[in-house]
Amino acid sequence: MSHLKNLKLKVWRQKGPADSGRFENYTIDEISDEASFLEMLDVLNEQLISDNKEAVVFDHDCREGICGTCSLMINGVAHGPQKATTTCQLHMRTFKSGDTIVVEPWRATAFPIIKDLMVDRGAFDRIIESGGFITAVTGGAPDANLIPIPKPVADAAMDSAACIGCGACVAACPNGAANLFTAAKISHLNYLPQGQAERHKRTEAMVETMDEHFGSCTNHGECSAACPKEISVDVIALMNKDYRASKFKNRKELSR
Amino acid sequence: MNTFNAKIPAGALHEKWDNYKADAKLVNPNNKRKFKIIVVGTGLAGASAAATLAELGYQVDAFTFHDSPRRAHSIAAQGGINAAKNYQGDGDSINRLFQDTIKGGDFRSREANVHRLAQVSVDIIDQMVAQGVPFAREYGGLLDNRSFGGAQVSRTFYARGQTGQQLLIGAYQQMARQVGLGGVRLFNRTELIDTVTIDGRCAGIVVRDLLTGEIQSHAAHAVVLATGGYGNVFFLSTNAMNCNVTAAWRAHRRGALFANPCYTQIHPTCIPQADETQSKLTLMSESLRNDGRVWVPKRADDNRPADQIPEGERDYYLERLYPSYGNLAPRDISSRAAKRLVDKGQGIGPLKNGVNLDFSAAIERLGRDVVEERYGNLFQMYERIAGEDPYKTPMRIYPATHYTMGGLWVDYELMTNIPGLYATGEANFSDHGANRLGASALMQGLADGYFVLPYTISNQLASLLGKTIPGTDHPAFKQAETEASARYNGYLNVKGKRSPDWFHRELGKIIWNECGMERTREGLQSALSDLPALYEEFKTDLRVTGTGDSTNQTLEKAGRVDDFFQLGMAMCQDALTREESCGAHFRSEYQTEEGEALRNDDKFCHVAAWEWTNDPMKPTRHAEELVFETAHLATRSYK
Repeated sequence: MSHLKNLKLKVWRQKGPADSGRFENYTIDEISDEASFLEMLDVLNEQLISDNKEAVVFDHDCREGICGTCSLMINGVAHGPQKATTTCQLHMRTFKSGDTIVVEPWRATAFPIIKDLMVDRGAFDRIIESGGFITAVTGGAPDANLIPIPKPVADAAMDSAACIGCGACVAACPNGAANLFTAAKISHLNYLPQGQAERHKRTEAMVETMDEHFGSCTNHGECSAACPKEISVDVIALMNKDYRASKFKNRKELSR
Repeated sequence: MNTFNAKIPAGALHEKWDNYKADAKLVNPNNKRKFKIIVVGTGLAGASAAATLAELGYQVDAFTFHDSPRRAHSIAAQGGINAAKNYQGDGDSINRLFQDTIKGGDFRSREANVHRLAQVSVDIIDQMVAQGVPFAREYGGLLDNRSFGGAQVSRTFYARGQTGQQLLIGAYQQMARQVGLGGVRLFNRTELIDTVTIDGRCAGIVVRDLLTGEIQSHAAHAVVLATGGYGNVFFLSTNAMNCNVTAAWRAHRRGALFANPCYTQIHPTCIPQADETQSKLTLMSESLRNDGRVWVPKRADDNRPADQIPEGERDYYLERLYPSYGNLAPRDISSRAAKRLVDKGQGIGPLKNGVNLDFSAAIERLGRDVVEERYGNLFQMYERIAGEDPYKTPMRIYPATHYTMGGLWVDYELMTNIPGLYATGEANFSDHGANRLGASALMQGLADGYFVLPYTISNQLASLLGKTIPGTDHPAFKQAETEASARYNGYLNVKGKRSPDWFHRELGKIIWNECGMERTREGLQSALSDLPALYEEFKTDLRVTGTGDSTNQTLEKAGRVDDFFQLGMAMCQDALTREESCGAHFRSEYQTEEGEALRNDDKFCHVAAWEWTNDPMKPTRHAEELVFETAHLATRSYK
């Protein structure tokens, strides 16, 4: 087991939404390269507490890459330099002794900063609440094997459903758009036979709620490159197709 | 020692749930909106309950300390969910799932609850598929199954290695729908810090806003705690960093009995600790044991790399000790076997704290492609954390705390001994006895939230129709708010030298060493003398920097560690007074000649339910006798 020495950190500190915020410089004298990035921040916080200073606030929970709570722009990259890896799964062996690491919160208008590195991603929940579900009241479900679903269809739905809702796509997008997140959620449900009854209603509601909060997509593809679950940018094409169709279908249905 | 009423319905075991539903009082659809129900926690048990209760027409307030309900730790479950569908035609049935779960729990769970769980398991799969959970399928389009430890049928439904995530997203989406419709009011980043009982009934809760520090009360007709388990008492566990016992413990301090706290499950396949700064341990799914072979070198302190140790010098100890279940022996048994060999110096890896989980035979037999298709995401996860390629060198694994079977005592209706206060999912104690089988936690959380609580809660609520309940201006709420506020200001004002994390780590070491995989009378007694001393230090030497009026994770942690201390004392006392070994509770004094758990059914065939007495070292022990009418008390053997 080896150790990294003399890491320098530039960490964004901001007391609250009204504060203008600033970078603070810190030094980590020694850290095991087996430590995860968040464990390195734990060490920093222990150091700060021992110096009688306030610890850095950051969101984190499962630390195994599935809950989507952790965030952080690390040297300007969402979730840091390792591909398909959340910040909590990024390990210090990726860095070298003497490195300077810049740590910032997600940068997006729709994700206002709460404090230090913590942001409010509530806009994602608003998108789901507007239509990101299949209405299936408890108790009324038919037998699970009643509708066979071809394996490729189930697999495609699962590929989309792997989204962890972390917000890296928004943070990486130069426009602060949430198209990859919204499209992943829409395609998960729209691929499945169970999702067909509400397909158009769902798509219209979710896309329009997304537009209320987030910027517009201009096909940069940064979102997919930053996604820790490697969700393909193709889902955005599917969403756009479904949205166009839904605008016609929903109007037709309303006029009936 | 008192005996108390679990309200188990009359009739034969398989008729009890139907009999209960036939007799339970209902609330008319138009009257449901007059009732307010608080649900705390938004994991599988909480989100499913909140969604279903709102669909029925109740007013639901849901609370989570996460930024979004979708973050709850149910999301991290990898392997799958059991259900007695018998889609594989391999001899499964409700009765077999019931028998496996009772035996898996080493005959320390309540028969009627477990049977109901097996009954409703089939509805869960239907429900989740209707919601759009993308379970794995065969090429013909039907659902696929796999096998888990402690079962000889394939009854586990799964969605790659992310079953918990997919089920939670399903339940979360149903709840989000209700938030959109106005049926559920969501309070995120809000933590429960007390419960309030007025005239013997649960009247509501006191919460703290984690962004502003504001303390506020909420009154309701019923409160449901779906707040998960307490595995983080060990500091290092597979639980998420924020999992804690505070909600359950605060309810316990207000009179709710806490049952079997010493039943804590250690999962055999986790990545071993790598260094001192480690904050958590990561599980590698039990499903890996379908194809991986577990072994250690026969000789202690063998420093050769795995591929240079010849077959004859390897001990495939699970296959040797438990030939009929082999590498799929249940969790408690596999964990203890690993610990014994590591303790003897046969451990592997830089810190000698692991055993090999070797896929070389599987790769040779099936080809790398098949192994990659089955376990690719887990192998990738291992490589990220351990920095080694498991296709080339065996995974290093070691047991870690994973799940807690103990929890708030509940009756058949999932109600605690405080009327109006319910506990569901991992937060209660009822279904897994002394050991939980793999893929049963997801089943229980969803069973409680979707198919049990919505039926049982109306039985209590019906009698409250037309009566007014105490509001948050009641002196009991004000009193609880004042106490809570004093508690959090207290942490800020100790101004000592040690951080909450430092105390948590030290607490965890004591609990792990003395109340972990193997327990002894002497060890537990020494823990019970060390814990109060460390707790005293916590109260006088804690340092929380920052203030109480904006987000302060150090302060949140201090409150949680405080409650973990008190729980830790209860755990050790429970383990000390349970003078037998059963399931995950292994007392070295009570073992068979072959080193297996030795139950004492004459003296301990009961649930130990502890009552708070204001002194964490002197709780009162009550017992609920366990009566087995259908299952036969037998020695649990997997040989």
